[in-house]
Amino acid sequence: MIRPSLGLRSATLALGFGFLYLPIVLVIFFSFNASRLVTVWGGFSTQWYRALFADRQLVDSAMISLKVAFASGLVATILGTCAAVALVRFGRFYGRTLFAALIYAPLVMPEVITGLALLLMFVSLGFERGLWTVVIAHATVGLCYVALIVRARLIDCDPALEEAASDLGAPPLRAFAAVTLPMLLPAIAAGFMLSVTVSLDDLIVASFTTGPGATTLPMRIYSAVRLGVTPEINAMSTLLLGAVALGLCLAGIGLKRQRG
Amino acid sequence: MRRGQGVRRVGRGLVLALPFTWLILFYLVPFALVAKVSLSQSVLAQPPYRPLFDWHDPAGFISKLHQLTLDAYVGLTQDSLYLQSYVNSLLIAALSTLLTLLIAYPFALAIARSPRRWRIPLLLLAIAPFWTSFLIRVYAWILLLKDEGLINNALIALGILHEPLHIFATNTAVVIGIVYSYLPFMILPLYVALDRQDKALLEAAADLGAPPLSVFRRVTLPLSLPGVIAGCLMVFIPAVGEFVVPDLLGGSETLMIGSTLWNDFFANRDWPTASAAAIVLLVLLIGPLAVYEHHQMQSEPRR
Repeated sequence: MIRPSLGLRSATLALGFGFLYLPIVLVIFFSFNASRLVTVWGGFSTQWYRALFADRQLVDSAMISLKVAFASGLVATILGTCAAVALVRFGRFYGRTLFAALIYAPLVMPEVITGLALLLMFVSLGFERGLWTVVIAHATVGLCYVALIVRARLIDCDPALEEAASDLGAPPLRAFAAVTLPMLLPAIAAGFMLSVTVSLDDLIVASFTTGPGATTLPMRIYSAVRLGVTPEINAMSTLLLGAVALGLCLAGIGLKRQRG
Repeated sequence: MRRGQGVRRVGRGLVLALPFTWLILFYLVPFALVAKVSLSQSVLAQPPYRPLFDWHDPAGFISKLHQLTLDAYVGLTQDSLYLQSYVNSLLIAALSTLLTLLIAYPFALAIARSPRRWRIPLLLLAIAPFWTSFLIRVYAWILLLKDEGLINNALIALGILHEPLHIFATNTAVVIGIVYSYLPFMILPLYVALDRQDKALLEAAADLGAPPLSVFRRVTLPLSLPGVIAGCLMVFIPAVGEFVVPDLLGGSETLMIGSTLWNDFFANRDWPTASAAAIVLLVLLIGPLAVYEHHQMQSEPRR
């Protein structure tokens, strides 16, 4: 087997990972800085974390973000799984090309366009904007992520297994639930996680579709960042990064267990 | 038995109809509305455009058709701010895509040619930043690039520089920010394409006497082209409409269509112009979007 030399490979990997992780590590490092000057080290301190939890608005926004992420993730997972089943198992049907295009497009569509489009629809329908309009918007984007992940897994599942269950007399839903669903579960869980993450992270679509009383965490962070770099934002970022790292580890352990 | 068939048909219909209806209602219809509002007249009211369709007077729709106007589009062509924004966005996105590819390719290749048991952990480590907040990753670069930021402090402390480099609030900072935040999107498709390659082909080329560089140029690179195309599209298309990066890292010289559109919408409350700008952006992206969709469809299983 031919390979680039070990030295070249290691150097490339070290440079690549350095570029990817150094900025993140620095944010974490400076969140424990005692100095108010963000880029000058002034000793170890956890004061910015205490300041964070005392900030009522920030905590409220975090709760709103979690609610939106969970609700939209749930809707996205159900609809996305249905979409994947339709794409892989239903063969050709009328409007399939449009359906597939609608599923792939939101993933790369610039978010300002998606946000603007959804807002105009909520306005013309006369929906009162707030938490629920953000949930609908995030569910729409999330369903595409779920559909893609579940679709990739479903392609590898042999439809003959489900057909066998049907031939043995299982009603369609039962055959699906007993045979195909267990094989899809890791993909469905991954899709749910991804859609929750995307929702928690979204600033643009949420800014367009939100209303009074539903300021999400990224919107709060964004307005703070615009005013300048502060140690509190470093602390906030560190907490969010920690939460993501924890989630990834748990997901990794879960996947490993499943494989046995 | 016939009852079972009927239930099955209803079940299948539901599985298809639920997501399809949702996407039509919350994705396709909204785009039609953007097109409609872009043809409306701007008025000082809530909503800030003149509605075409009134639920209480459906018949009035026909008589109001003459109110449709191309004013917003004409305004766009006369506004040098918009023209510059489009050109600048396309240039910045193209440059960023190229740089992302140049950084991601050796990186993905190094992962794909690592020992088998290392590949997946390395790949996960490379795309893990995608799961962390986009906003925070962009924010980290403010910390690094500012005049009194970490890079300048370090270079001055080392005696390499005497004056800080002015990178923050320039187009350079925007390109760095886009390359950094979109890197995982490029690594993933490249890795998939490189990992899938039949190693026997590489060995055959080497056995026949091709030097390593020539193996790369004539075998590895051509075989990885689908991954290159997919990765470039996944970076280029969203980067053209990027808002967060130019807004946080760019300066007054940075005009990108995402921020211009955002400002017209939120600050100037000019919805018809913002909508027209979105439609023009969409038209500009139709080519790349069509290639991307075609690419995705090709990966569909054929049954």
